[in-house]
Amino acid sequence: MLIMVNDETHDVTATTLADLLEELGYRGARIATALNGHFVPALQRAVTPLADGMRVEVVAPMQGG
Amino acid sequence: MTDRIQDNREDNRMDVLFYGQALSFPLMLGTAQYPSPEILREAVLAARPGVVTVSLRREAAREKTGQAFWSLIQELGVPVLPNTAGCHTVKEAVTTAHMAREVFGTDWVKLEVIGEQDTLQPDVFGLVEAARILSEEGFKVFPYTTEDLVVAERLLACGCEVLMPWGAPIGSGRGLNNVFGLRALRAHFPGVPLVVDAGLGVPSHAAQALELGYDAVLINTAVARAGDPAQMARAFRLAVEAGQLGRKADPMEERDMAAPSTPVAGKAFLG
Repeated sequence: MLIMVNDETHDVTATTLADLLEELGYRGARIATALNGHFVPALQRAVTPLADGMRVEVVAPMQGG
Repeated sequence: MTDRIQDNREDNRMDVLFYGQALSFPLMLGTAQYPSPEILREAVLAARPGVVTVSLRREAAREKTGQAFWSLIQELGVPVLPNTAGCHTVKEAVTTAHMAREVFGTDWVKLEVIGEQDTLQPDVFGLVEAARILSEEGFKVFPYTTEDLVVAERLLACGCEVLMPWGAPIGSGRGLNNVFGLRALRAHFPGVPLVVDAGLGVPSHAAQALELGYDAVLINTAVARAGDPAQMARAFRLAVEAGQLGRKADPMEERDMAAPSTPVAGKAFLG
């Protein structure tokens, strides 16, 4: 299944958002996620199914003013 | 003597509350654009700000740059105020606020909805709408706004308890562009915590904001882009303290004509 993560296409076997993060190596990272532009809280990642072509955003703390 | 100095410092503590919470010092320091994480750390230690502002950006799994930054911020032990910098729509800003609340574990958010690319002027219409949505959802919104009184009124009506008007465009270093407007805002909302956010360039700008009765200032570029950020951070801290003390000491009235400071009575007649 092809999923866009932060604008990069990934061919993944994961079927949920939680599995996707695991598969891509985000385990343990302090991140927040959005799916097709909608925020997905950490607790819902495991019950959030993925479908081909979905867009995932993964963000983390960064310097800001 | 040491005790007395300590006592004075206690007196200078802010009594203004931001959503029920006092800041340890009325200075908010941005964490962006420093030459290195080490220089950022030195600047924060020199400024000893009440909060540091932080943001969210895309994280690559292989690099994990955000995790290192977060470790540094945690080590510094200063409360964080996440922003929605770079958001141009209500939806973007609201979604970013949701993500920031989860990542940073705070319901404080410095709400930016940018409306114009050259000045990074807030889109005040989008700002009010996003502030309403987020306030209803329990966020404690710090809106980055202009000095417009009507917009300020709307922001307060939709739940904001703090206002953050710009001094000048973000990163411009021009200081307080519209002193009249900022003074009017202060006079119009005497009980509302007001923070000058953006556009300050040198410490005297910060002192001026505090002298006008502003409760705090937010600075980033002025410190981060200085030749010696840690020194500049300390200078801003001193300026904020000076401005705050000056305001509390009740400044004299300005006048157009001279008034002799040396008493005239008793002067020898030598003509």
